[in-house]
Amino acid sequence: MPDTRPIRVLVAKPGLDGHDRGAKVIARALRDAGMEVIYTGIRQTPEMIVEAAIQEDVDAILMSILSGAHMAIFPKVMELLEQNGVDDVLVAAGGILPDEDIPAIKAMGIKGCFGPGTPTNEIIEFVRANIKPDRLTTAE
Amino acid sequence: MQNLVERLLSGDRRALARMVTLIENDSPPARRYLAELHRHAGNAHIIGVTGAPGAGKSTLATHVVRELRHRDRKVGVVAVDPTSPFSGGAILGDRIRMMELAGDPNVFIRSMASRGSLGGLSASTRDVVRAMDAAGYDPIIIETVGTGQAEVEVMRAAQTVLVVSAPGMGDEVQAIKAGILEIADIFVVSKADKPGADQTVAELAMLLSLDPNRRLHDKSKPYWRIPVLKTAAIKNQGITQLVDAVQQHREYLIESGMLASRAQRQVRSEVEALVVHAVMNALKEELPENDWQRLLEDISTRARDPYSVAGELQERIGLKKSKGQLDQSRFGPFT
Repeated sequence: MPDTRPIRVLVAKPGLDGHDRGAKVIARALRDAGMEVIYTGIRQTPEMIVEAAIQEDVDAILMSILSGAHMAIFPKVMELLEQNGVDDVLVAAGGILPDEDIPAIKAMGIKGCFGPGTPTNEIIEFVRANIKPDRLTTAE
Repeated sequence: MQNLVERLLSGDRRALARMVTLIENDSPPARRYLAELHRHAGNAHIIGVTGAPGAGKSTLATHVVRELRHRDRKVGVVAVDPTSPFSGGAILGDRIRMMELAGDPNVFIRSMASRGSLGGLSASTRDVVRAMDAAGYDPIIIETVGTGQAEVEVMRAAQTVLVVSAPGMGDEVQAIKAGILEIADIFVVSKADKPGADQTVAELAMLLSLDPNRRLHDKSKPYWRIPVLKTAAIKNQGITQLVDAVQQHREYLIESGMLASRAQRQVRSEVEALVVHAVMNALKEELPENDWQRLLEDISTRARDPYSVAGELQERIGLKKSKGQLDQSRFGPFT
């Protein structure tokens, strides 16, 4: 295998948010960083997100949520990932995430939380540094 | 862990997904697996969907999949979107239109970036289709990159090619040009609820009427009369007729023996592509990036010329026997 292959990232918008400008900005930034970004649009259910992550065999899932439903939706996504035996995918979150929720979000296994104003470089570096390294080699 | 191929053949979707990743990245075990999968593939009807950006390929594919699900088929979709020529990244957005299909265990959708291929597919699309085929998906729909006039690679990957045109995209002169319009087995005029659809249908029908075979074909043999079908996917109009036509085309291919002859043509181009790929790899190994840079500078400053450089490289990777006649003082040795 070539020593570098494009990192594949699912950018997902769960919940009922009406717009996805932030997610599009992230998707575009990741693209410009050489990643392949699967973008699925707004109003995704946890089931859709997990199914897309499986079929697309992504290295990372970035979920963005603005509406405040994160404490209902994130646990469901993490639970479905576990049920499906998906244990090698980096999960991070963005959007409007109140500070007091962040410890609980991280305790779910969501490795990064990025609020409004986060420089896109920070997210790119985070993804590069935290995806499971054996995913990029010849892991079967 | 059970062998990846066995897991794939038993219907494990994660195994298929991982296999696709290995294939897409040309990882060392992929060729071995593919050789094994080849024996189990060959059952699926492979349908190509191509057309200009915005013609409605993803929407149409989604509705076709839905209709196929009503007919109880297990459907694979490979959707290709372009890779950025600058960053090497890509935004793969075909799933947005296919949202309603998510969560159906009998639909497997994979988005692929074109990764520098120019024919409307990516280099590994056919192999990915092979993996889906072996995993029991049938039919498999390949949605190409939004195409212009010359991206015809899908005809070498699919058995039935749908060329999708939206109304108002060009006049009839566009339609008699060579290229993409020649590869259609079925023309689809999408967005038929929009003005101009009938005119587009008429122009395509005019194009087809110019085909001499339409009148002069051997009447004793099966003949495929390329249909022009109108669809309005959001109103769910024309989709059943389209899926019927796709299945009729499959029957025609079988009856006429075309399925076998197309398959052979495809296999030939596939073997050729593998050889070309091996040559490119040999070249990459022979010539590190830094040496390339130096060569490119030499050529652009006119110290050397592309033809002798290419010739010399062919010798170095063993494609040509060295004639020993190169004027080393003039060309200088590499590295």
